[in-house]
Amino acid sequence: MNGIHDMGGLHGFGPVKVDPDEPVFVTRWGSRIFCMTQVIDRLGVWNLDEHRHEIELMRPQDYLEWSYYGRWMFAMERILDRRNILSTAEINRRVDELSAGLKHLTPPEHPQRNWPLKDQDKVPWGAWRKDVEVTPVFHVGQQVRVRNIHPPGHTRVTSYTRGKVGTVERVNAQAWVFPDTRAHYRGENLQPVYTVRFSAQTLWGDEHAEANLFIYIDLSENHIEAAGDQQNES
Amino acid sequence: MSHDHKIEKAWQALRTEAIESLLNDIGVLDSAEVDAVVHHYEENVGPRTGARVVAKAWVDPDFKARLMADGLAACAELGIGGPETELLHVLENTAQVHNVVVCTLCSCYPWPILGLPPVWYKSSAYRSRLVREPRKVLHEMGLSLEDEVEIRVWDSVSEIRYLVLPQRPEGTEGLDEAQLAELVSRDSMIGVAHLQPYTGKGA
Repeated sequence: MNGIHDMGGLHGFGPVKVDPDEPVFVTRWGSRIFCMTQVIDRLGVWNLDEHRHEIELMRPQDYLEWSYYGRWMFAMERILDRRNILSTAEINRRVDELSAGLKHLTPPEHPQRNWPLKDQDKVPWGAWRKDVEVTPVFHVGQQVRVRNIHPPGHTRVTSYTRGKVGTVERVNAQAWVFPDTRAHYRGENLQPVYTVRFSAQTLWGDEHAEANLFIYIDLSENHIEAAGDQQNES
Repeated sequence: MSHDHKIEKAWQALRTEAIESLLNDIGVLDSAEVDAVVHHYEENVGPRTGARVVAKAWVDPDFKARLMADGLAACAELGIGGPETELLHVLENTAQVHNVVVCTLCSCYPWPILGLPPVWYKSSAYRSRLVREPRKVLHEMGLSLEDEVEIRVWDSVSEIRYLVLPQRPEGTEGLDEAQLAELVSRDSMIGVAHLQPYTGKGA
């Protein structure tokens, strides 16, 4: 989807602010959200592509304001609610009770709680590489064009490369899961991933490209197509 | 502005507490498990791991060759590995070529090698700008590169992860592997910093 998460090339965010003394976790709540997510990752509740896509579905203003682990909190809550594991209504009530300083908290109650998960309902979190053979369509040195696609769901093809021509730098010939479909449980569609090299001029135009700059990006086979022989990278 | 900041943190801290307590109540997780994960990321993993890999590559040409060929297999020789990294490509910085890593779509990062990314790596400013004007961004971050140096920006949006192998600093000929590892900064392994010449006086 064309969302605020797809940030490559955007203007307006100002300088990169660095805190040289930053701890591993800046806030305690952030550490709890991140590490609870790590625990739940192992329980078969979601897959990582789905989790990433859930973050993309945030309202753009919330995405920008809630901070990094705030996005993870959003995704956790939404997927747990959708899976009938923990409802947003239960969370809202607990928030209200904690906020009011109540000593007695209402126990969780869900009319159709789906916990513990049945084995057939569990999903693998990661494992993007599979031990099966795939035959790459494209080869190192080949000119390829990034497909001009704008899918409304999850995709890992960035806006700033769509329609642009680059050169295959490396063929990662392992069988990789295609995130665009797995995020929606529409199959793993195993395929190679290519590292494609683009000149800055190709991506940003002669007028604004920085000198002597190349951008490398990893693209699934379904994201690229052969470019004409006459196409030049720069 | 700082007032708004505090309000935001307060509601997120409260909501996190609510979620964690409910997940305990219904048996999805135990807070002790979460404590253990926090401890792991605070104490066990971090850029010192990557620094060991870099130092070994500097002193052991055979290891370096294996590292460049298959980063993850070479790291496994040192007992290094873990989630969020299924293939690791190592990018060698030289006097002519400077590599730097970003993820414009989220914040992909080689956790088992470098630990968790710093806030700036996850920031909108870094993610939006590094692919378009890295020379300017790096200059602002304290690294000025001559126009003759080719910059290669790696937008790591797939499940392949990247580690930059920085140039070995001048003046380190007499140091052993452990001493060299002490000199390697996290930022040099992301590609936003050079390592300073070694003077023997410590950092």
